[in-house]
Amino acid sequence: MAKYIGKRLLQLIPVLLGITFLTFALMHAAGSDAITEMYADKGAVSQEIIDAKKAELGLDKPFIVQYFTWLGGMLTGDMGVSYVSGKNVFDTFISKLPATLLLTFLSIVLTVIISVPLGILMAVKQNKFIDYLLRVLSFIGNSLPNFFVALVLMEILAIQLGWLPVISANTGFEAAIMPTLTLAIAMSAKYTRQVRAAVLEELNKDYVYGAKARGISSKVILWKSVLRSAMVTIITLLAISIGSLLGGTAIIESIFMWDGVGKLAVDAITMRDYPLIEAYVVWLAIIYVVVNLIADLLYHALDPRIRLEEEGKR
Amino acid sequence: MKVNVKRKLIFFGILALLLLLLSIFSAYLTPYDPYEQDLSIAKEAPSAEHWLGTDRYGRDMLSRVIIGSQASIYSTLLLVVIITVLGTIIGIICGLSGKAVDVVLMRISDIFLAFPGLVFALAIAGVLGGGLHNAIIALAAVSWPKFARLARSQTLALKETAFVEAARLSGTGTLKMVFKHILPNIIGPILVTSVLDIGTMMMELAGLSFLGLGAKPPIAEWGSMMSDARSMLGTAPWIVLSPGVAIFISVMIFNLLGDTLRDFADPKNR
Repeated sequence: MAKYIGKRLLQLIPVLLGITFLTFALMHAAGSDAITEMYADKGAVSQEIIDAKKAELGLDKPFIVQYFTWLGGMLTGDMGVSYVSGKNVFDTFISKLPATLLLTFLSIVLTVIISVPLGILMAVKQNKFIDYLLRVLSFIGNSLPNFFVALVLMEILAIQLGWLPVISANTGFEAAIMPTLTLAIAMSAKYTRQVRAAVLEELNKDYVYGAKARGISSKVILWKSVLRSAMVTIITLLAISIGSLLGGTAIIESIFMWDGVGKLAVDAITMRDYPLIEAYVVWLAIIYVVVNLIADLLYHALDPRIRLEEEGKR
Repeated sequence: MKVNVKRKLIFFGILALLLLLLSIFSAYLTPYDPYEQDLSIAKEAPSAEHWLGTDRYGRDMLSRVIIGSQASIYSTLLLVVIITVLGTIIGIICGLSGKAVDVVLMRISDIFLAFPGLVFALAIAGVLGGGLHNAIIALAAVSWPKFARLARSQTLALKETAFVEAARLSGTGTLKMVFKHILPNIIGPILVTSVLDIGTMMMELAGLSFLGLGAKPPIAEWGSMMSDARSMLGTAPWIVLSPGVAIFISVMIFNLLGDTLRDFADPKNR
């Protein structure tokens, strides 16, 4: 097992090198840089000052040299300073993480609370009225762009009813309600269908018929066997959703002025703040590899076939 | 069951086709000039003359939503065609060539997959500058790996079958093999996936424009129209909501078509 995990983590290296290099190349190809962007709206600044500033940051060097300088720094634990604010990149990045973590946690919890019971209900009442109704609702939820949902929530909760402030300056609980709801609505629509499909698939398996034939009540079968197996699929999918949420949801964080890594990324990209963008990209690569690894490990750990063998021994 | 699914498929297919026709001929279908400003009727609520009201420059919202379908629907379909073709070609190459090429191409697709789609697209669009074309390029760059993986796994499975083996042994060339034996047998699942992808891609493209990284005003595009009117949510919600509803309806029609197509292709329903 340790060998497997080690091997998978080794995959991080080519992905990281590829992503960071690609980002550097893209930034370079764009033909602008932080200094140019910074002085763009400050009127006439002498070329000497701009050149001196660029030389100070090493922006006058060829891009391949810049890349390896940055890579060397990163390997020794130094991610550099932001070109714009002059602050340490690592510290800046870490300071934005709690907001994104909070939003990820809240929206995943809400999604599970909504979609798991509803999905089970739909599967149990397959092709009854409640199943059709929820299917239509989840279909609608699946077809709504999240920024549309965000704006509609703002219109209703903040403007019409006045329950919540339109924009909050902080990242407290009250400010978290609308972004959490927005994310949870879209994810619940997706997961309700997934839970339904997973439970239905399990319900149609032979062992369920076998158990029924032996006189075990449907309730016991549902709670003891079916749900446990169905959850495997759901947990794996959830791991992937958590991964993409941890990357920060650029649109939602921007709409609600939520001070997380997604908004940080948008700001860094508009300012061409290379070290900050690179830090963000490294973060995404780590999430990708780790989340996929965790999803696979969970899948192996919870695989019903493995469990069946264990039960056979008992 | 099959008749039912077939009927649904035809029904949603016609709806999708109507949307496509709307986007192609949108310039002839608008009741007013979508770009003509008339400040004397700015921000008017929906009425008999202006069904969806007017925006802050007095432009007719219905006309703007109709002309916006050009950017939104047409571009999305173009994007989906690009990623389907590109992904399928790369996937087949991976499946048919040796281990070295396969590993390299799959690692590259890993790199592109490692970014949550919208965020990577954000980086490319931010770097290449806004504009609908750049948004399409950006989304294409992060979305092809899904099709490459699908085509690759399908090709690999097909390679093991007896008839492909027989064709290979009887000296069929690579190109003939691809077009005669591989492609016709893997195109079904790929098409279903690409139709199912239209809705998502439409939302992501609109999302990029919403962030100011796709189509830019004054060009009418649903995502950027919504972003542009955000501050008027309290005073003139119809300006924000009408393009949103347009995205919602289009996405839903394509999703319904995709779902039905999947059911239709499912051997269980045959």
